[in-house]
Amino acid sequence: MKIAVCIKQVPTREWQPRLNDDKTWVREQDVSYEMNEPDAYALEESLRLREKHGGEVVVCSAGPARVQQVIREALARGADRALHVEDDALGPADAFTAAAALAPAMAEQKFDLILTGLQSDDQGHAQFGPVLAEKLGIPHSTIIMEVIVSGTELRVKRELEGGWFQHIAMPLPALLTIQSGINTLRYATLKGIMAAKKKEIIKVAAPAGLAARHKIVALYAPQKSKQTVMITGSPAEAAKELVRRLREEARVL
Amino acid sequence: MILVVAEQRDGKLNRASWEAIAAAQQLAGGATPIKIAVAGQALSGVTAELSAAAVTEVIAVDDAALGVYTPDGFVQALQQLIASVSPAVVLFAHTYQTRDFSATLASRLDRALVTDVTAIRSVNGATAYARPMFQGKLVADVVPQGPAPHLVTIQIGAFRADAVGKGAAAAPVSAASVTIDTAAIRQKPEAPFQEAKQAVDLSQAERIVSVGRGIKTQENIAVAEQLAKAFGAELAASRPICDNGWLPMERQIGSSGQTVAPKLYVALGISGAIQHLVGMKGSRTIVAINKDADAPIFEVADYGIQGDLFELAPALIAELQKS
Repeated sequence: MKIAVCIKQVPTREWQPRLNDDKTWVREQDVSYEMNEPDAYALEESLRLREKHGGEVVVCSAGPARVQQVIREALARGADRALHVEDDALGPADAFTAAAALAPAMAEQKFDLILTGLQSDDQGHAQFGPVLAEKLGIPHSTIIMEVIVSGTELRVKRELEGGWFQHIAMPLPALLTIQSGINTLRYATLKGIMAAKKKEIIKVAAPAGLAARHKIVALYAPQKSKQTVMITGSPAEAAKELVRRLREEARVL
Repeated sequence: MILVVAEQRDGKLNRASWEAIAAAQQLAGGATPIKIAVAGQALSGVTAELSAAAVTEVIAVDDAALGVYTPDGFVQALQQLIASVSPAVVLFAHTYQTRDFSATLASRLDRALVTDVTAIRSVNGATAYARPMFQGKLVADVVPQGPAPHLVTIQIGAFRADAVGKGAAAAPVSAASVTIDTAAIRQKPEAPFQEAKQAVDLSQAERIVSVGRGIKTQENIAVAEQLAKAFGAELAASRPICDNGWLPMERQIGSSGQTVAPKLYVALGISGAIQHLVGMKGSRTIVAINKDADAPIFEVADYGIQGDLFELAPALIAELQKS
């Protein structure tokens, strides 16, 4: 089975954002990056499917040269080769643009199954997967917690709200967006890291005429919905003050 | 004209639809007409309920092929509806179902989609939609580009369902005729199910201590457990803790877990991603303990302590045991 996994490079969870001068994007020079967590689960799922059914796993990513960091990591974890649609303008791209950038090169590869995370930890549009499926003319399902392949048929477990699930069948080729927690992640071994250096990364230029669907006119810190009382002091002092306020002010103890 | 796509299952309206209607009424400002559409089968109960809203029309998109939700079926139906009513904006509640089909619909229409919107404002004459970015660390005002209609999904809990303006008389209900090619519906869904009977009903708990990534290791869960005991609280968690198997899934708070509103909610080492906040922000008193002063959890907290939870939890346990 020929499996593609689409991964995105996103700022680390510890990163503290700083805005650029016109306050419409972040200062990219301050950012340290990592693999989008839901995409890491999609990668793991694709490696498990390959182990079961054979075939290959191809990592696909759109972005500037810096995204090679997460492509190399995916190769070190066990993916076979990579497709990188490289363009500096794709760093802050919206989901629609990213899908349009990857679609032509991915269409040529004729994948049986495409996996990606259900959303990105940076922009969080939750649109990339379904838009890519539509551009490739294949069916999709979202927020998937189990993937079963038998022949040309696919059966998945889709998460619904509030602890409900649903099984859905569909034909291959198809695209699935994977929910975090579907499996247990593996990490790269030293052997994997060494092997990754020899694996092929095909670089493709972004198609011409990509038009952004979103214009960010302002980026800012969220406004508080509540007046938060910040309690300071040593741990013992802060604990004492919090318990006093919970008893006397909030009356919840 | 603004079109709101309401959501129902088996004749039961999803409450979040009212929040999308409230957002539409704010966007309309009393000037732009609003229509509500709902897709499915046997919709008379739902359309009657929706017709209480102060809107121009309620449209039933009723077809046997829409009785059970599929993304392919709903995209076909809504594409035809949008072509016939020509709205400038289409609003949806940001439910799991909307997330499943709205991007496909936008792509097929070749129009912009803005998801997870928390506020609508006018910026230099253009309508801008505010949405969280970077795990809630920042908010972006987004102006969708390209021709109308623009599709917009409204975050659950961002607008108040009880703020919906009701009409003096019931709005007229009409039926839209759509033609669904059932052969083009590729997904074959089965009936929804619950994994196991939920043993813990956290929605009934008066006090909850909830633990997040800040706890670092499985062994440290005991710290949160002891703090919950000292508060006389149930123990709960954010999604990553349950993903790791450190606590069972049934103790998860958030959009994919339980929604709670206890008297006291203590968030221990939880940064406050939106998927978590929607499950707990209705709590009466919220305490946040986090090492990061900029963590979004502090935006909804009544009391906050910035510091090391491994120092603060034992101090709190000692303090609570004093009396």
